Amino acid sequence: MERIPILRMGEFLLVTIQVDMHDQLALTLQDDLADRISATSARGVLIDISALDMVDSFIGRMISTISGVARIMDAETVVVGMQPAVAITLVELGLTLPGVSTALDVERGMNLLRTRMGRA
Amino acid sequence: MNSVRSGSHPVRLEQDVVLARQAVRKLAQECGLRLVDQTKLVTAVSELARNTVVYGGGGEMDWEVLEDGPRKGIRLVFRDEGPGIADLKLALTDGWTSGGGLGLGLTGARRLVDEFDIASTPGVGTRVTIVRWN
Ligand SMILES: Nc1ncnc2c1ncn2[C@@H]1O[C@H](COP(=O)(O)OP(=O)(O)OP(=O)(O)O)[C@@H](O)[C@H]1O
Ligand SMILES: [Mg+2]
Repeated sequence: MERIPILRMGEFLLVTIQVDMHDQLALTLQDDLADRISATSARGVLIDISALDMVDSFIGRMISTISGVARIMDAETVVVGMQPAVAITLVELGLTLPGVSTALDVERGMNLLRTRMGRA
Repeated sequence: MNSVRSGSHPVRLEQDVVLARQAVRKLAQECGLRLVDQTKLVTAVSELARNTVVYGGGGEMDWEVLEDGPRKGIRLVFRDEGPGIADLKLALTDGWTSGGGLGLGLTGARRLVDEFDIASTPGVGTRVTIVRWN
């Protein structure tokens, strides 16, 4: 079965979404990530969406759900690399992603997570 | 206003949502839409095609490239023969969903295009038409 890989980077997990995701793949990722957070006790999750040329309400809901699951498991989610055209479209779509932080790239996302964890 | 060319894509499986997005991205590029406008149109397509699959039980996406003097545009029709929508006004309310969605698909898609029209008859089906000009 097709899957999106989840990489471990120290106490963080990195998910790079590269394919034009269809719904089943998105749901599998949601489950996989919840499992990996619990298995690794990761404190933060970075979701790199720089390769996505659009984010619709389905992907938006998935990001919200992941961040909700992560928060319950004491991990923070940061979405990194959102393309400007995608960001502009999200505003008009009306999707606000409450409680989800964003950063320009993976490095800034990791810095943000470290700051949140009180070790800047 | 002239119709330059047209075609149709099946929208039956969730993979078809991805294929519909890719097909419209290509049309949008050919029509000279700016990147932001391409993204808006493709996002609207994703919302409407998913509704066709999830609620409409599958259907078709008809596409048409339009020319109006120097302007080019794309008209898309999403049609299904599913259960239809009993209360259109409610369905067109931000945040209203009959499933587990965010209820943003229809209202969001409407904000992302230049023209938006929906017709639905319970027991007969649903037809959503959108147009985006360059
Ligand atoms: N093609 C259709 N056939 C029948 N009902 C539909 C169709 N499209 C939309 N609906 C109804 O309209 C409601 C609103 O649709 P909309 O796309 O705005 O929100 P959603 O699909 O519920 O959530 P979201 O798109 O944000 O994930 C749906 O919950 C559904 O009941
Ligand atoms: Mg929808």
